[in-house]
Amino acid sequence: MSALLRPYGDATGDGRVQLSFTLPIASSERARQAALELARKMGFAEPQVVHMKEMGPDFSFFIVYGATAHSVDPAGLTVAEPDFPLLPSPEINRIIRDSLKRQLVVVGACTGTDAHTLGLDAILSMKGFAGDKGLEYWQEMRIVNMGAQVSPGEIVAAVDEHAADAVLVSQVVTQRDAHIFHLQEVHAALTEAGLRDRLILVGGGPRFSPDQAPALGFDRIFGRGTKPSEVASYLAWKVGRRAGLSEADLTRAATLA
Amino acid sequence: MRTSAPFFRPLGRLRIDEGVLAECRELATEIAAPVDHLAATHTTTSIERACLRLVGVDGIEGRGVEAVPIPNRVVDEIGASVGLERGALIPFFDAVASCGGDIDAAADAIAGRALTPRWPQGADRDDAARRAKEAAAAAVNCIEAAATARRDVVERVGEAERPWLYLIVATGDIHEDIPQAQAAARNGADVIAVIRSTGQSLLDYVPFGATSEGFAGTYATQENFRLMRAALDEVGEELGRYVRLTNYASGLCMPEIAAMAGMERLDMMLNDCMYGIMFRDINMQRTFIDQHFSRMVHALAGIVINTGEDNYLTTADAVDSAHTVLASQFLNERFAFTAGLSEEQMGLGHAFEIDPDVPDQILLELAHAQLIRECFPNAPLKYMPPTKHMTGNIFQGFLYDGMFNLIGALTGQDIVLLGMMTEGIHTPFLSDRDLALENARYIFGGAAGLGGELRYEAGGAVERRAAQVLEECRQMLRKVADIGMFAAIEAGMFADTVRTPAGGKGLAGVVQRAPGYVNPVADELSRRLGIGA
Ligand code: B12
Repeated sequence: MSALLRPYGDATGDGRVQLSFTLPIASSERARQAALELARKMGFAEPQVVHMKEMGPDFSFFIVYGATAHSVDPAGLTVAEPDFPLLPSPEINRIIRDSLKRQLVVVGACTGTDAHTLGLDAILSMKGFAGDKGLEYWQEMRIVNMGAQVSPGEIVAAVDEHAADAVLVSQVVTQRDAHIFHLQEVHAALTEAGLRDRLILVGGGPRFSPDQAPALGFDRIFGRGTKPSEVASYLAWKVGRRAGLSEADLTRAATLA
Repeated sequence: MRTSAPFFRPLGRLRIDEGVLAECRELATEIAAPVDHLAATHTTTSIERACLRLVGVDGIEGRGVEAVPIPNRVVDEIGASVGLERGALIPFFDAVASCGGDIDAAADAIAGRALTPRWPQGADRDDAARRAKEAAAAAVNCIEAAATARRDVVERVGEAERPWLYLIVATGDIHEDIPQAQAAARNGADVIAVIRSTGQSLLDYVPFGATSEGFAGTYATQENFRLMRAALDEVGEELGRYVRLTNYASGLCMPEIAAMAGMERLDMMLNDCMYGIMFRDINMQRTFIDQHFSRMVHALAGIVINTGEDNYLTTADAVDSAHTVLASQFLNERFAFTAGLSEEQMGLGHAFEIDPDVPDQILLELAHAQLIRECFPNAPLKYMPPTKHMTGNIFQGFLYDGMFNLIGALTGQDIVLLGMMTEGIHTPFLSDRDLALENARYIFGGAAGLGGELRYEAGGAVERRAAQVLEECRQMLRKVADIGMFAAIEAGMFADTVRTPAGGKGLAGVVQRAPGYVNPVADELSRRLGIGA
């Protein structure tokens, strides 16, 4: 039995796909043919333009259906599986206590010119997100929420002042890759200050995926819909590991995330 | 013709307790008074720069990212040598006198430190004051001329039908924005807003010239304003309908941006009394002082302001905090009146932001929108689409936006910002805007006559919800009146966001006026608007 995946329209293996796009050309038969040709080049057999709409004299909008010739084998893909266990609340506190013998200090900020604080607050504040309490809920964590529009220099200063163990950076605006740029800036500033290595450096925002972490020099990156308990588990697991707690000790009461 | 029935505002649909309404307005007056007093006794670096811009100081010193606008240089130099307590205009026009009456030469001389500004005495002082007064009158004429020019153009090319469909462009590059804005106008947009780059609010200067490097928006510069206004005038002629242009007078340079908008005939400006405080962490004193001056400019230029209450519902819950929107509207209305804006210029903002999973979400939205319509019968209300609960499911999002349009149509909202089905993903694609217009045309056309037919059950759920929100608003305003505006903000009563009077950015630019403070531009503005400065 083949494990190959193809899109499902209304029959197994029909490969039917729907897509829409704009071409900078006035609507005409030539424009329609251009859309079809483009769809063929994208690998769609027998594409159909089901809708062509003129948008002023210079642009046309297309809705196209086609059957893709491609398939994928999901088993053959490398996927950044969560490598940390989801821990129950008391375990998070216990591991931090056993590892540090003091509170874990977390500095969080939304950097650059990005003024979106809701994502960061969802993770940090007591109020939390999606029925989950934020990091402030755990007694063994001390949270310094710097808010938005914070510069990398201010983060470095806060890390120094509070002797932080972890830095959490949020980025929501992604136009022109602003989010990538801003994480790189924070990484560079912490590295230059000689602080990077002793920190757990975590990024997050709706347009990130976890596999971007290594390239940006971050320990972990969280994406859309992240729950605070996942972040709390990750931080506890990571400090536990750094303190040399055994894997067995760390995952005592855990389900794998 | 977009609609079968002409646009109208359905009023008298809900039994509103007039006593409560009147009390809300009285409370707003009481709350606003000390804040207006603050504005009347202080100036800011940005107000002084705005005045210099209005009398003709412009240009930059240096190049590229290092470039500093001349108005900043001049105000900094005057601040250093004379201080700003008595205003920048007298020292500046004293310099103008010593440069043979040449404004550019005086500005360059001060900026280049070839001339040290001073506070002139005796005849020199009188001369500087006379020059300043003349220049101020000319500057204010130019602002007033924008209103006249707009009227003329509208008369010639034709007025847009209401509701005005409002769309945002946000490429970051003015040369990319222009074709997108023109395409949107050709497809039916009546108002184009060029959203600003992230971070502009925090710049304590206005960038110069045409720009192409913004993030998630395009820098507000005078040249960008001019280019876009010209492009929209061009399509307006082609379409036989005046296309309005909107930008944002907020952040540290609010007064300067207002001045530039006046000079370049922008038509609407986002100009909220509290947005910068809540959403950019701009210092509250700075914001309240700046908004007063900005609104005087807008008032005389015939600009419709848009207020930002819709944003509260992104940080606070749209059901629990519905009354905070209304309370803030009463305050924005009051601050607008005291700055000389007419009701017709008050585009009070509100939004369709209730979680679609809340039972009776649509009924609640209808109650809120109708209540606000009844409370502000003459204001061109600005209705904002769902944003917070827009997800990656663009198909569901499109329907959600359609429901927003329907409520807008039934309650006679004047300015409707069209929702984008990709709101939860990225700044809009060209096609997102076009689809949004198609959605709006369908609903505003299809439901044009429907609003006139609807009546709500006396004592029914819509009326009860409206009464509840109004009552909660009264309670909130009572509390704000009790503790004062600053303490209310400090208590997180607006947008669930806590700010302190001395916190945030820009307090250093606030200057208490000394006896003898002179600002002929502000004086002339308030004289023509018939208000106290
Ligand atoms: C609310 C909101 C605002 C509010 C923000 C209020 C506040 N105090 O935060 C206000 C009105 C101020 C605002 C302003 C602007 N906004 Co806005 N806004 C939104 C909106 C509607 C919701 C975002 C949100 O809060 N979601 C809820 C939170 C809980 O979700 P989240 O951020 O994804 O966070 C979760 C995860 O991503 C993750 N996470 C996030 N950060 C972190 C950090 C760490 C360490 C971890 C572990 C996890 C994590 O965990 C969170 C919980 O699961 C979105 C549209 C949308 N529906 O998404 C636009 C949106 C984000 N905004 C946008 C833009 C462009 C702006 C402006 C720049 C517009 C402008 N030019 O003026 C301005 C901001 C200017 C600036 N300087 O940043 C764009 C961004 C486009 C892009 N992809 O680049 C969006 C997508 C709208 C759009 N389609 O244009 N906005």
